[in-house]
Amino acid sequence: MSERLLEIQDLQVEYHTDDGIVTAVERLDLHLEKGQTLGLVGETGAGKTTTALSIMRLVPDPPGRIVAGAIRFHGEDLLRKRPEEIKRIRGNRISMIFQDPMTSLNPVLTVGFQIEEAVMLHQKLDRKAAGERARAMLELVGIPPERAGDYPHEFSGGMRQRVGIAMALSCNPELLIADEPTTALDVTIQAQVLELMKSLRERLATSMLLITHDLGVVAEVCDHVAIMYAGSIVEYADVHSLFTSPRHPYTRGLFGSIPSLDEEVERLKPITGLMPDPTALPSGCKFHPRCPQAQEVCRTRVPQAISVGDGHSAACLIYEGLVPGFQE
Amino acid sequence: MENVLEVRELRKDFHTKKGLLRAVNDISFTVRKGETLGIVGESGCGKSTTGRAVLRLVEPTAGEVIFEGQDILQYNARSMREARKDMQIIFQDPFASLNPRLSISQIIAEPFDVYRMFPPREREEKVKELMRLVGLSQKLVNAFPHELDGGRRQRIGVARALALNPKFVVCDEPVSALDVSIQAQILNLIQDLQQRLHLTYVFISHDLSVVKHISNRVAVMYLGKIVEITESRRIFTNPLHPYTQALLSAIPIPKVGVQKRRRIILEGDVPSPVNPPSGCIFSGRCPFVMPKCLEAAPPMTEAEPGHSVSCFLVSDAEGARAAGDRTSD
Repeated sequence: MSERLLEIQDLQVEYHTDDGIVTAVERLDLHLEKGQTLGLVGETGAGKTTTALSIMRLVPDPPGRIVAGAIRFHGEDLLRKRPEEIKRIRGNRISMIFQDPMTSLNPVLTVGFQIEEAVMLHQKLDRKAAGERARAMLELVGIPPERAGDYPHEFSGGMRQRVGIAMALSCNPELLIADEPTTALDVTIQAQVLELMKSLRERLATSMLLITHDLGVVAEVCDHVAIMYAGSIVEYADVHSLFTSPRHPYTRGLFGSIPSLDEEVERLKPITGLMPDPTALPSGCKFHPRCPQAQEVCRTRVPQAISVGDGHSAACLIYEGLVPGFQE
Repeated sequence: MENVLEVRELRKDFHTKKGLLRAVNDISFTVRKGETLGIVGESGCGKSTTGRAVLRLVEPTAGEVIFEGQDILQYNARSMREARKDMQIIFQDPFASLNPRLSISQIIAEPFDVYRMFPPREREEKVKELMRLVGLSQKLVNAFPHELDGGRRQRIGVARALALNPKFVVCDEPVSALDVSIQAQILNLIQDLQQRLHLTYVFISHDLSVVKHISNRVAVMYLGKIVEITESRRIFTNPLHPYTQALLSAIPIPKVGVQKRRRIILEGDVPSPVNPPSGCIFSGRCPFVMPKCLEAAPPMTEAEPGHSVSCFLVSDAEGARAAGDRTSD
């Protein structure tokens, strides 16, 4: 039995905007076992990044607020920790890689200094030892250690993301949250960074929460997948089950929307309609206005996550027996 | 089949502080009537500059752009203005390419203003017709771009491009800013419109899956050059240029348990187009680099009918085969 590293229960996060209250995350349940990589997949506005920022306790407040729920890391609720306690965890035991390495690095400090800073703060090393650690980390991610004295703008996009990874891993975190780490990169550079992340994960046994919109990246890197739509998890499964038998209509719609590289598909089968307005989310199942399977009951009843297989769950009324299933 | 567009030795230089940047380096290709030619490549490969240069939205440095038999680079401003009715563009970023101060109907009708076409009443009808064509609700006629999501904004961009009933449209990364479910809707729309209006497209994207899906033929660009051009199916089943092979292998496939391509990891980054490497432009990252690759640029060679590649591996093999054919004759 694997050890549970992270468990999110019933998380609810709101943003108070001029246009009203936006419920970015609603009744979200999610768990991650030690040593595993979980992919969190969804489109713009699904609440993926808000979920990640909640774990880091970095949701900007105001306008954001964590309204309810628990985020247990090694069984302890991060949402109940005092700010000083969180500071000791953040960047140390849990760290994060951001999407855009240009905006997440400080442009006026050398990359070596920025890594040293994190190490000195958390690992209580002196500057000399921290400098050595920084150079070792750079080497680990494939950057010549003598470049520690260079500034972020002197690196290419792919190299900068390597710096971000080096910094995130510098304190040997137990959990690494990677928010779209390769989205800003060209595909051949993405391949380099993904290979690097895979090999480091094996060497350092880090658990990872990988946020992405790219199901290709998920197939490549993750053990488990959670599909998010309008603030909630609609399907959770191991990678193999999710890709071979997706159960939620939204997940199936996503697969129908992706152009295939290795098959001849004349026409895509997109999900109809638009992402819902976050200030006025649909009642009942939030996917019902776009769902080809939707029935009257979907407008009113909120679906629960129902087990549809070993470790595979889907939040859809089909699996509560209230709506007819798919015609295969 | 009839060629709508024929591009010969097209070149575009930019003068930068660091020196001469050759964004498009003497490339040639044709686009046949009714087809979609995809252009794929990574950032800085010159694909967008190519798209703009064939419309003279950036002025090419050298070469010929023959549209329906006429070299439009020879046109004066007035003739070019007329020609533009037939040649339009859909831009990548539906946030940056729409004027935030104009309503949807004003944006779509702007081409009519420019060409002084249609009296107001008729214009209103035309705008409605275009909105129907691209699947925009009539309710949005007085809305402003910021009120709409990316997908609907891109539909406006499509409607505007089609307002003057063009024959040829450059689609410059039209779905790159969109989420996958919306991307699929717009791709279907672009395909449907091609059928209905008999359009010819050049479709530019960094996403090989998208390009392969929508195109009849694909050109792969690297550092200002076309390195390979063939039918889109062939690019996947028989990629011949080492860069195409690496590009294909780098794409994560959203499937599990299938036999995947062996991944070729390219070392380093795309070199700067200022002072590009001598010889073959890909020589610095090519896993199969040979001494001659550093000295001369490989010629574009036809490896099979309709499949051309710029690589010595291919031209040498073809040369050897041709020599073999001669001796056996």
